Amino acid sequence: MQLTPAQLVLETGEAFAGFSPYSQQDVSFGEVVFNTGMVGYTESLTDPSYAGQILTFTYPLIGNYGISAPTTWESSRAQVSGVVLSELAPFYSHYTAEHSLGDWLVAQQIPFIVGVDTRALTRRLRTLGVIPGAITRLSKKPAHFENFSDTDWVKKVAVKEPALYGSGPKLVIVIDCGVKENIIRELLRYPITIKRVPPDYDFTNEPFDAVFISNGPGDPVHCTDTIRTIQKVFAQKKPVFGICLGTQLMALAIGAKTYKLPFGHRSHNQPCLEIATGRCYLTSQNHSYAVDETTLPPDWRVNFRNLNDQSVEGIEHTKLPFFSVQFHPEAAPGPLDTTWLFQKFYDLIKKS
Amino acid sequence: MQFSGKKILILGSGGLRIGQAGEFDYSGSQAIKAIKEAGIKTVLVNPNIATVQTDDQMADEVYLQPLNVDVVTNIIEKEKPDGILLGFGGQTALNLGLALEKAGVLAKHHVAVLGTSTHSIRKTEDRELFKLALESIGIKSPLSMCVTTLAEALSAAEKIGYPVMMRAGFSLGGLGSGKISSASELSKRAKESLGIVPHLLIEEFLLGWKEYEYEIIRDRAGNALTICSMENLDPMGVHTGESIVVAPAQTLTNAEHQHLRKMALDVAHLFQIVGECNIQFAIHPKTGDYRAIEVNARLSRSSALASKATGYPLAFVAAKLALGSLLHEIKNSVTEKTCAFFEPALDYIVVKIPRWDTHKLKSADRGIGSEMKSVGEVMSIGRSFAEALQKAVGMLNIGASSLSDYPHTIENPTREMEFPTDRRLFATYQFFCNKGTVEEAHRLSQIDPWFLSGIWRISQIEKRLVSEALTPELLRLAKESGFSDKAIGLLTHEAEEKIRGSRLTLGIVPYVKQIDTLAGEMAAQTNYLYMTYHAAEHDIPPSDESPYLVLGSGPYAIGSSVEFDWCAVNTLRACRRLGKKAILINSNPETVSTDYDESDRLYFEQLSLERVRDIADFEKTQGIVVSVGGQVANNLAAPLAYLGYPLLGTFASDIDRAENREKFSDLLNQLNIDQPEWARVTDLKNAKKFAARVGFPVLIRPSYILSGSAMNVANDEASLENYLRLAAAVSPEHPVVMSQFILDGKELEMDGVADHGTIVIEAISEHVENAGVHSGDATLVLPPQRLYLETIRRTKKITQEIVKALNITGPFNIQFIAKNNNIQVIECNLRASRSFPFVSKTTNHNFIAIATEVMLGLYLPTRYETLELDYVGVKVPQFSYNRLKGADPVAHVEMASTGEVACLGENLYDAYWRAWLSTEQNILGKRLLVSIADAHKHKLLSYLRELEDRGWEIYSTGGTHSYLSKNGIGSYFVYKANEKVEPNIRTIIGNRKIDLIINIPTHRAVTDAKSQTDGFIIRRTAIDHHIPLITNLQIAQIMLSCLIELKDKELPVRSWREIVQHV
Repeated sequence: MQLTPAQLVLETGEAFAGFSPYSQQDVSFGEVVFNTGMVGYTESLTDPSYAGQILTFTYPLIGNYGISAPTTWESSRAQVSGVVLSELAPFYSHYTAEHSLGDWLVAQQIPFIVGVDTRALTRRLRTLGVIPGAITRLSKKPAHFENFSDTDWVKKVAVKEPALYGSGPKLVIVIDCGVKENIIRELLRYPITIKRVPPDYDFTNEPFDAVFISNGPGDPVHCTDTIRTIQKVFAQKKPVFGICLGTQLMALAIGAKTYKLPFGHRSHNQPCLEIATGRCYLTSQNHSYAVDETTLPPDWRVNFRNLNDQSVEGIEHTKLPFFSVQFHPEAAPGPLDTTWLFQKFYDLIKKS
Repeated sequence: MQFSGKKILILGSGGLRIGQAGEFDYSGSQAIKAIKEAGIKTVLVNPNIATVQTDDQMADEVYLQPLNVDVVTNIIEKEKPDGILLGFGGQTALNLGLALEKAGVLAKHHVAVLGTSTHSIRKTEDRELFKLALESIGIKSPLSMCVTTLAEALSAAEKIGYPVMMRAGFSLGGLGSGKISSASELSKRAKESLGIVPHLLIEEFLLGWKEYEYEIIRDRAGNALTICSMENLDPMGVHTGESIVVAPAQTLTNAEHQHLRKMALDVAHLFQIVGECNIQFAIHPKTGDYRAIEVNARLSRSSALASKATGYPLAFVAAKLALGSLLHEIKNSVTEKTCAFFEPALDYIVVKIPRWDTHKLKSADRGIGSEMKSVGEVMSIGRSFAEALQKAVGMLNIGASSLSDYPHTIENPTREMEFPTDRRLFATYQFFCNKGTVEEAHRLSQIDPWFLSGIWRISQIEKRLVSEALTPELLRLAKESGFSDKAIGLLTHEAEEKIRGSRLTLGIVPYVKQIDTLAGEMAAQTNYLYMTYHAAEHDIPPSDESPYLVLGSGPYAIGSSVEFDWCAVNTLRACRRLGKKAILINSNPETVSTDYDESDRLYFEQLSLERVRDIADFEKTQGIVVSVGGQVANNLAAPLAYLGYPLLGTFASDIDRAENREKFSDLLNQLNIDQPEWARVTDLKNAKKFAARVGFPVLIRPSYILSGSAMNVANDEASLENYLRLAAAVSPEHPVVMSQFILDGKELEMDGVADHGTIVIEAISEHVENAGVHSGDATLVLPPQRLYLETIRRTKKITQEIVKALNITGPFNIQFIAKNNNIQVIECNLRASRSFPFVSKTTNHNFIAIATEVMLGLYLPTRYETLELDYVGVKVPQFSYNRLKGADPVAHVEMASTGEVACLGENLYDAYWRAWLSTEQNILGKRLLVSIADAHKHKLLSYLRELEDRGWEIYSTGGTHSYLSKNGIGSYFVYKANEKVEPNIRTIIGNRKIDLIINIPTHRAVTDAKSQTDGFIIRRTAIDHHIPLITNLQIAQIMLSCLIELKDKELPVRSWREIVQHV
């Protein structure tokens, strides 16, 4: 692959030099974020929650095991707006690999830049916060940047029509705001039928046993339809489980507030304390927004807390079967410490 | 439950040996710090006097005493500790702890085992129990069968199918383990091992499977983490300790990694680990199938590596967990903000390469496999595989600054790739340089193509450097790929200095990056640093106050061991005590000096001229300490001084006058100080002439001692000729230094510190062995017990003269030979020597702290007593011959010991006996085998007579037998090995019918031993069957005295403080 000098430019005007494929002619925009995971680039790049973002990998060797079959992806395609790397693996080796990462990114039409001092960039991002940026040829410096929050990313990545999975006796609605495939896989380990619905689809007059609210990209306040639906669901007092964006949407549905974290949590090593048990779990996270604890109504409480910055990592109702986590128990990528939460959800469904 | 006791006993690991090196100084030291922080008193038992953990300021009480059940029981009775830590002193501490528990000592004295329970430890150590436990939670381990007899072993192997893996339980570093390809091989090896361990495992052989290791930490509430994943470049079949290792794992997908991680945690929960453990996995490269190989329920070499690789203080945290703390209650000492419950995210790659010294040991086999042979390791940090790999190569200190300038051409690289040796990496590289393909390399070595491609790519860059013009782009690529300036210079026919100059002009410089455990996610107050070319900015500015740079000692090797790390740590501590900023550079992960709380800044970097300059330039140092890191650091003195860098201590020109043989010889002549005759010869004719003049034997030393061509002794013209033709390949470019070899002389050493040519402190030690044994292998006695006052007086006077003439400032060591009232100087080093910790702790004066004060110009004159002590210190070498199949276990001119221990005692015998027991040997019965050369027979007669009176059974071979009979000592006659008649020596040793073997060869027999002489067979079989062996006359005399006087007596125990400070 022929590479040519390129740069990653931030809205502040700061530029980070690197190289991009010669074929990559246009300027590409996105919100620049970083993830500190050392494995799992396939999962991250196909995670719909990254829609609209230029993803920087802080681990400097990316692509070592290539890209395997789509069954290992988190959605049907690469979702990021761009990729920033220190080194794109010149070789890959794995018995399941089908493509090199470089070839795959080109085929997926994902712009990327390599040879960047990703640590220097990360240090800037942790000071500036996530920030609009662009990958561009050296000669092309963009005059203005797109504002990430202006776009309703959820709409862009979610399913357009309802779909059914599985054939179990219990029917679980999955509100798809950009759901990761592994959440579907984890849920399907239990005897349930899943009905995956678009975020603005009102199912509350249909029969169902429980609701799952998925992860997804962007600012939760855009999802007004979904929030209204969730309010109606709560009235039915059936089990509700939310992950990531799902947590934020549940919080908004009960009148609590969310806010944007300075630079988000994107890694596989976020430590969380389960308040009720005092147990610690290592979690995979990918979120920019969080729930403001002080705005929670009295019958709701924090169930998990981040040990690094004490932020809210999940909320639950004190009496009713509603709970959520800000992190990703389905992992992919990341540690499997909290997959038991799916069992907890199923146990509630069984009871109801 | 939080530990509520007041005092904790910590067991150390004893002398450094293959399979158990300095990493346990790191883990023990961190444990002491963690426990002290909790306000609990610590008592440490460790006879390794060269460690930091046995320093005055560390534990509350230190026992430099043997690590055996009897002695430690006495210590427990005396100290009455409430708890004991078994996981910080390697396999030695673990085994000893289990033995103490089994003997009921711990229960009797109410000593709680902290951390993982002994019940769990037993389950992880007993392979059969381990397998069953894993099976119970559905985790697969290799097919295996436990056997106790040879017949069972053979039938198990038949069932599993050859090749099989044989393993001995409870082993350190895989001793007694290996691939067995045939029934005949199994018969031989199983018999050997069953003599030492009660059972063996015959296992499914997993050659070529990928190998991974996970370091796990878990608290008593069940919170658990994997701190680091590590991948072995060398797949299954090569012991982890022998393998090149990278961290984090490179060729695992997320799903595979998470699966292994989850199993690792499940196993930790299963065994209720409290503290640290590690687990090894094998992964089939084509199917992803896995096997869990083993668990170590203690800190290990890998955990030291993981700790340094990630910045996560594993041992410190493990000690806190053993006290009952929970992970989220412990602070992350790197970030100072977050807690210890997190898994480090790395934004760099770490490469570990082992360091071998097999070539230094006569006839030792260079092959590597499932047993450990390496003596040390280096760890490098970079932001690409090529950069990290080549940086590590340059750290090994084996004459290569990069892969391209390895100084040896490997004749048959494919063979060494297929049947790995210590040079497999270089063989692979040379194979690629000669147009070898990655596919073929993979077929031969089974190394994952990802790694092979990485090595292949480096060879392609070498090709471009040779054939293309050195453009800025190519130069940058080469630097990013880890080529040194020197290597680029050699490939492009330019001087190293020229390459450095052009890259500085072009702005191609390495940048300083921090190791912060979280890949930059949050700001961290970390002083743990490395340098990389894959960067565009420094993480930090230079130190605000011009710092001092202390050069560490690099990898452990024979001749450079934990004692130099002790020196570096004590220099750093002294600097900081005096309010000065001190930076350390070192590349050895098994050290305390690379704990980031020991310096103001830690550069985990190469000790190369290039990198030391990079750091010195960046930090604008006001002085570099080159005299505390052994020879590696010392060798940088001249080039650094030449380039104008400020050195602390003795002037580089004076260092050169001591190091340069001609100049030093001239100096001695001027001072009228005697020295053994020597000459530098460039051809055989002159060599013969010299030998004829001074007489045989002569000592021969090649001008550069890199590998293969080490020192040797020629006894006659034939051996001289042979040696110069083959080994040393004498030529005008490679002259050889020959010197007179003085027999039966007594060796002395003077360690000291001087200030501008005046001695500040000195200590004189004597060697027990006569001259001819390398000083590193010699038994040292301080204060000397058998020297004439006249000798001491004259030695001191000579020392004064040399110190003055060389205007020494800082540490020094001078070696002497005394014979017939004649004192000759044989060597002078203007740096801290191997014996500095020994003389410091024996005299209770910290020679390194004093040297640091002197070098900084902050010394306040004090008087010291180092001669009139009312106790005796004895330092004895720790050998690892049992690891080195085929090596002749006799100390000679080339150093072979891997470590040392020392004890203080009432008198020479008391101290020696304790020190000898401290080398993990013991004499349980009263059966002695003697086979002594004629010249020495009469010198042991009186001792043997005394032993016979005390009920010893003596066995002897031909000559010795008739000599003893003639002198009225009854002994059982045994045939020599080559006589092949019973009762044969081989059989009685093989059946362990003997408790001690004394075999004293003639000098000539030692130096010429290559063939399977009777003596060699006795010595080698003794080692292979773990029977104590003594091969030196002077040592035999002391040992036999100890057996007469001390063997049956209880040894009272006194702590170091009680002995030296009379408290």
